[in-house]
Amino acid sequence: MSAQSDAAASRPGRWQPAVTQDPMLHKHGALGQPVSRIEGPLKVQGKARFAAEFPYEGLCYAALAFSTIARGKITALDTVAAEAAPGVVLVMTHRNAPRMKAPSLMMSSPTAAGASDLPVMQTDEIHWNGQPIAVVLAETQEQADHAASLVKADYAPLPATTSFEEARKTPRQLDNLLGQPPVVEIGDAEAALKGAAVQVDQIYRTPRHNHNAIELHAATVAWTGDELRVHDASQLLDLTAGQLADIFGLDAEKVRVSSPYVGGGFGGKCLWDHQILAGAAAKLAGRPVRIMLSREGVFRIVGGRTLTEQRVALGASADGKLDALIHTGIVAMTTHNSCPEQFTFPARHLYAAKTIRLAQEVADMDMLANTFMRAPGESVGTFALECAIDELASTLGLDPIELRRRIEPEKDPTSGKPFSARHLIDAYDRGAERFGWNRRSATPRQQRDGEWLIGMGCATATYPYHRFPGGAARIRLTADGRVTVSTAVHDMGMGTATAQAQHIAARLGVPLDHVTFEYGDTTLPRGVIAGGSTQTASIGGAVIAATEVFVEELLKLAGNDSPLAGLSLAEVETRDGGIGHRDDTARFESYESILRRAARDELVCEAEAPPPAEMEAFSMHSYGAQFCEVRVSEITGEVRVSRFLGSFDAGRILNAKTATSQFKGGIIMGIGLALTEETNFDPRSGRIVNASLADYHVPVQMDVPAIEILYTDIPDPQAPMGARGIGEIGITGVGAAVANAVYNATGKRIRDLPITLDKLM
Amino acid sequence: MGNALMNFTINGQSVEVEADIRSSLLDLLRNSLGFTGTKKGCDQGACGACTVLVDGERINSCLALAVQYQGRSITTVEGLGTDGNLHPLQEAFVEHDGFQCGYCTPGQLCSAVGMAREIERNIPSVVTADLSADSVAIDERELRERMSGNLCRCGAYNGIIEAISETLVKAPALPQERARA
Ligand code: FES
Ligand code: FES
Repeated sequence: MSAQSDAAASRPGRWQPAVTQDPMLHKHGALGQPVSRIEGPLKVQGKARFAAEFPYEGLCYAALAFSTIARGKITALDTVAAEAAPGVVLVMTHRNAPRMKAPSLMMSSPTAAGASDLPVMQTDEIHWNGQPIAVVLAETQEQADHAASLVKADYAPLPATTSFEEARKTPRQLDNLLGQPPVVEIGDAEAALKGAAVQVDQIYRTPRHNHNAIELHAATVAWTGDELRVHDASQLLDLTAGQLADIFGLDAEKVRVSSPYVGGGFGGKCLWDHQILAGAAAKLAGRPVRIMLSREGVFRIVGGRTLTEQRVALGASADGKLDALIHTGIVAMTTHNSCPEQFTFPARHLYAAKTIRLAQEVADMDMLANTFMRAPGESVGTFALECAIDELASTLGLDPIELRRRIEPEKDPTSGKPFSARHLIDAYDRGAERFGWNRRSATPRQQRDGEWLIGMGCATATYPYHRFPGGAARIRLTADGRVTVSTAVHDMGMGTATAQAQHIAARLGVPLDHVTFEYGDTTLPRGVIAGGSTQTASIGGAVIAATEVFVEELLKLAGNDSPLAGLSLAEVETRDGGIGHRDDTARFESYESILRRAARDELVCEAEAPPPAEMEAFSMHSYGAQFCEVRVSEITGEVRVSRFLGSFDAGRILNAKTATSQFKGGIIMGIGLALTEETNFDPRSGRIVNASLADYHVPVQMDVPAIEILYTDIPDPQAPMGARGIGEIGITGVGAAVANAVYNATGKRIRDLPITLDKLM
Repeated sequence: MGNALMNFTINGQSVEVEADIRSSLLDLLRNSLGFTGTKKGCDQGACGACTVLVDGERINSCLALAVQYQGRSITTVEGLGTDGNLHPLQEAFVEHDGFQCGYCTPGQLCSAVGMAREIERNIPSVVTADLSADSVAIDERELRERMSGNLCRCGAYNGIIEAISETLVKAPALPQERARA
């Protein structure tokens, strides 16, 4: 009905980011309660339908064939045997694929969703080892898989850069690091380091990782005339729809993408070649197509986290103040993607130092585009930085928590902005007490149980608050007093649907069972992406704006015969299923009554979130203190995490149950990062050699102890609902907490992840 | 490569279906019969998402050729409980948040039910200390070991064990976990 832009002239009572606070900041109601997942009963019955589970008349199954060289041209492509195989409907290669525009790089425009901007199956050129060279459609998956194995290709290889050691000899400077300067210099940090009383100067390495969500990437795709319907597993619905429209030359409204359930995302469930290829093949064959990548296929065509090599150098005075903080390094990347693995981000905001130098470069390789994976940058950046802080504490003979207390900054160390809220030391104190940190011996190798050396470590977790502009929400109130709030957002298991239902119930003052939250479909008002722990705050912004319009419309409908007559947005609040005067409990009218008197069946309002001015005015981050206890076998070098506690300061917690699960999930992925996970890339061929869940080791049940979670639950005064987002922070700091515990147990510093047994022998 | 007419009992119903003899039990369930509750996460026996019960024993259905399971009684997640009549373990998974995305969940549930039978039958695991004991002593470590064939990338592992120990196999917490509880 009315959009935020209409209201550019400030309406009293409206939320103005960075100026006023969300009125909900100190309201509770259903917010924060440990409500069980709304969709839980469906999921435990196997009734939640995932992307590959939508039936269609005439559906055929897709399988892919992949290139076996890293760079060059296809000289011959023999598809005769594949075409003749039983059940085959179509073999599509660059020779017969429909002409399609290349995707545009994510973040290059508001509708771009490409993880890479390479054209998809349009030419004979090969850009990475594993690039799809043919799509086979057949009546069954078995037939498609068999026929794909019959496709034969010959290549004219070109020189390819598949060795990081080679690539790094000619590093590339980035012009920006996700919109931030790639180099930050305050004073002369190298000189200050040289002159410092105490120095730590080390190189840390982290390997490639893959998301490995258990749901394989999949899509069910159907054309009706020039309309494209995609059942996707997606964490960026609207961008995917817009990008597919662009690729196929369609008007945006001709593409509908939905994704109500996603079997894990972690940054990996975005737009990759498979949805585009399925769309093209479905068009060519004139039949609906289901594509579900094999696990190997996921490794071949869906990028993961890139490797990093980082230097952290700290110069300190004897009393534990930082004279110099240097964090520099290089990551592997390609020339056709946009994910720089911003590992220097944590050092921009965490600690006070007299001089600072932060810089990162990239080494271009001929490989599958790397991409965003849970806490891109921060997950691996905190490994290096927080190990170095621990090393400095040992050198200074200070407790590592005490050191952090001494370098706690008053304002953001690089931007100079005030913190919106920061309770890192509080999180450390609470965590330390609960974990029994005082039982840790400052000297390594002091505690053992038979062959097992036992040690404790801690590290800081951090992740920025971010709120994306552009999201909208629609509120529909019906005569029975029920509300439906709709926006094209995502729930890949984060608990979005449940937490948002609680949020809406609290914001509109209605019982939880009167709320329906609609999401996961591009026919709904435009949503934001689910990435970078931004979705909750971004939805919050849109729902606030929609609520303001909703209240104003209801006040208009209420008219002069209502107890609300003459009141404005600034004077009222939502409560008890209606609107009331803030201070006068007698002046109240229920939603149902307002609609009834106005003879209306429903009221529908939609609005877009105001721009995120709070991010300009404040330094906004979540923080945490990770505590780990390990047992390390002196005989085999095996490391077992025996206890883990995460103490977080992430603003208001919207649902105690699902938030705890989110934190734990991040920590568990962090345990994998610390101890077992590594994508092995063959520097000779550029091929990923451990492309399976048998060879890429994610943590299993036995690797994970009972994890304890604490949180401050202090609302961030600048964030919608006071919540800063919690999806990524759990993984940050975990690598360092484990490595620091391994040091405390064994006296060995492992600066090269993962900490496998061979490194401890 | 031809098709064959195959017979199974699935969730108590007898089912006859013609399918490619190369079909895994998993693909047969998902693609030919529409039992999409059973999930595919690797198709290689590495993740456990495809776990179903065959005559009460848990197997990875992706590693099972459907033709070889003719005449057997197969239980999938759809057969564990129904709306309004959920299996206690299903209820406990919801209560203890034993999942996030829910994709590994059907496999976890079937696996846990199969595991409970293995414990009843006194089958030891690799962490069982006393192999000669009359009954295997079960604690959380035993449960964790026995559920380690079912990956959960969302990391719902703690909730899964809580749900299992509340409903299926009463397992005392390990001493260190008790100390902190
Ligand atoms: S799909 Fe069967 S074990 Fe992974
Ligand atoms: S709940 Fe997502 S993989 Fe287990």
